[in-house]
Amino acid sequence: MKLKGAEIFIESLKKEGVKHLFGIPGGAIIDLHDALYQQNDIEFILTRHEQAAVHMADGYARATGKPGVALVTSGPGATNTLTGLATAYMDSIPVIVFTGQVPTALIGNDAFQEADIVGMSRPCTKYNFLVKDVKDLAYIIKKAFYIATTGRPGPVLIDFPKDVQVAKAEFKYPESIHIRGYNPTYHGNPRQIKKVAKAIASAKKPLLYVGGGAIISGAHEEIYKLAKKLQIPVFTTLMGIGAFPEDDELSLGMAGMHGTYRANMAIQYCDLLISIGARFDDRVTGKVSEFAPYAKVVHIDIDPTSISKNIKVDYPLVGDAKLVLKDMLPLFDEYSSVNWKEVRKPWLDQINKWKNEYKLAYDVETDEIKPQYVIEKLGELTKEEDPIISTEVGQHQMWVAQFYTFRKPRRLLTSGGLGTMGYGFPAGIGAKFGVEDKQVYVIAGDGSFQMNEQELATIVAYNKPVKVIILNNGYLGMVRQWQQLFYGRRYAFTNIEVQPDFVKLAESYGIKARRIRKKEEVEDALKELVAYKGPYLLDAVISREENVYPMVPAGARLNDMLLT
Amino acid sequence: MKRIYSVIVENQSGVLSRIANLFSARGYNIESLSVAPINEEGLSRMTIVTEGNEQVLEQIGKQLNKLIDVIKVIQFGEEPFVEREMALIKMHTDMNSRAEVLRIVDIFRGKVVDVSHDSYTIEVTGDSTKIDAILSLLEPLGIKELARTGKVAMIREKKR
Repeated sequence: MKLKGAEIFIESLKKEGVKHLFGIPGGAIIDLHDALYQQNDIEFILTRHEQAAVHMADGYARATGKPGVALVTSGPGATNTLTGLATAYMDSIPVIVFTGQVPTALIGNDAFQEADIVGMSRPCTKYNFLVKDVKDLAYIIKKAFYIATTGRPGPVLIDFPKDVQVAKAEFKYPESIHIRGYNPTYHGNPRQIKKVAKAIASAKKPLLYVGGGAIISGAHEEIYKLAKKLQIPVFTTLMGIGAFPEDDELSLGMAGMHGTYRANMAIQYCDLLISIGARFDDRVTGKVSEFAPYAKVVHIDIDPTSISKNIKVDYPLVGDAKLVLKDMLPLFDEYSSVNWKEVRKPWLDQINKWKNEYKLAYDVETDEIKPQYVIEKLGELTKEEDPIISTEVGQHQMWVAQFYTFRKPRRLLTSGGLGTMGYGFPAGIGAKFGVEDKQVYVIAGDGSFQMNEQELATIVAYNKPVKVIILNNGYLGMVRQWQQLFYGRRYAFTNIEVQPDFVKLAESYGIKARRIRKKEEVEDALKELVAYKGPYLLDAVISREENVYPMVPAGARLNDMLLT
Repeated sequence: MKRIYSVIVENQSGVLSRIANLFSARGYNIESLSVAPINEEGLSRMTIVTEGNEQVLEQIGKQLNKLIDVIKVIQFGEEPFVEREMALIKMHTDMNSRAEVLRIVDIFRGKVVDVSHDSYTIEVTGDSTKIDAILSLLEPLGIKELARTGKVAMIREKKR
């Protein structure tokens, strides 16, 4: 039996196990929404902006590990997805975006709401398609999901012209797929694995450097085993947070520009740096030429282009982090007679010394609300609950990374690579659809929150108890911090005191909200927020000029941290 | 350092743009580029000449391999290879210069492919130094128009 393009679309998504679609209807996609309206297997979640729809799909993907899917119209609907696509691309998140397109006969004619979204999205997607013939549709959808979720994952866009949505074809969903030019390497080269294992076993001061790839591949258990067995200290990147329990004695927290003192010092003095699913981003390395000067570098990554891109690598190892470590772990059995605790003692003692030299801290005397205190307190109150924390971008994001103790992967949703303000709130909403049984807390700055605050409507419409904490300093705080430290306190265009009354704003949507200004109110307000059954917004007015420390100035050596 | 990449790609829309974008997004420059279908159906060969240091060239090779539409990347360097390009050169000619132009074309084993009262159009193939050489000899005699292809290249078969 022949099906319409719109029906093939739905049947194909069902085959892929898609349960949720985020987006907004429009003229060029109306047939798909009409088909969605007439079925019950896939829930369509109506957002208030297409950018937010893609961030929701992204948050859904990060929280669940399954691809997130968005559906928007042509022209402006499509161009609004670009920031979401670029965000997902930088952080390797499997997101699939379907965009409506004008009928094929009109493409290139500057038709109403026409945009060359395939051309525009090419640099910020892993791959993209224009469906020219309904006969190719099922195959293209299969291919899109395959490309988005395999190898180093990433976003894929499918541009779907209006006439193809109603044209008919036989529906047969391909069972398997083979793409000649696309064969990701999953298993590491056994000889190279042996070489790396030997290097790790013979290093005096090894250090594990764990990035987002470890979370994507689900390598956290293997990393834990490796670290514990050989007593190797571990730091993560922002994207790697949760891949190693931060309350473990071997955890050094996050490294880099706002990393911990001990992690940054350990990098500068280690003799073997073992990178797993990380990409030596400039926010981690600081001045590249003086990064880890005494270390040989092992780099385990599924993407060969990441290896030796920024830093010369001594032991490249292409493969999936989990599979590579699984193959490597048994090789350490031959060292079973070694007392690793003893071998590692001098190195761990040195790290402990650094740990005691400088700890993450903030003023605990003041009556003002310190943002770090709010986050620490939230961490205490939600320890048992094991929630998902979604952040926006800026100072509050770094404070979350520093002061919230993450113990498991896929608990922190944050835009690491692109640094997209406006990401966190919709991403948290998307996550809530994917992981219903988990509480979701969105920690936002007042600047970031205003970039997608319209999605308050979405949590009301779908009755999702997403909790929002705004750490409100009336500034674009991270930029203000740079201006204070490096631009002679000239706060150029970073004062955003003019802002809505966030409590009234939330209440106008029917959302419970509260404002606090004093430290003594924090605990009570957070308890209320945690216990409340519906959506809740807490506007915490914090110390206006609080800074994030330590800080490695852009382009400086990691040991040259500003500590206060 | 110069390098020639021979890239076998799926012959479909958007591929050239992906490759061009790979270079432009990273600030690498393409010195020459030629594209044409090969004998296997659905595939094309792109020959790209670019310049960069060792690290940049390694990255370009990896990035090309990473593209989903790229089937194979061959880098020319160590092994012996044949490279050719072609030029069409339109010369101003008069009674005085005709003989000299023909002599030069003959020496370079070129061909005159079009003639008019006051012009010759010459076809010449060879590696780029040969093309450069003939151009430098013809230049003083009056080049009217020049069209030069990008390079194409192939690894030499091993000799027994």
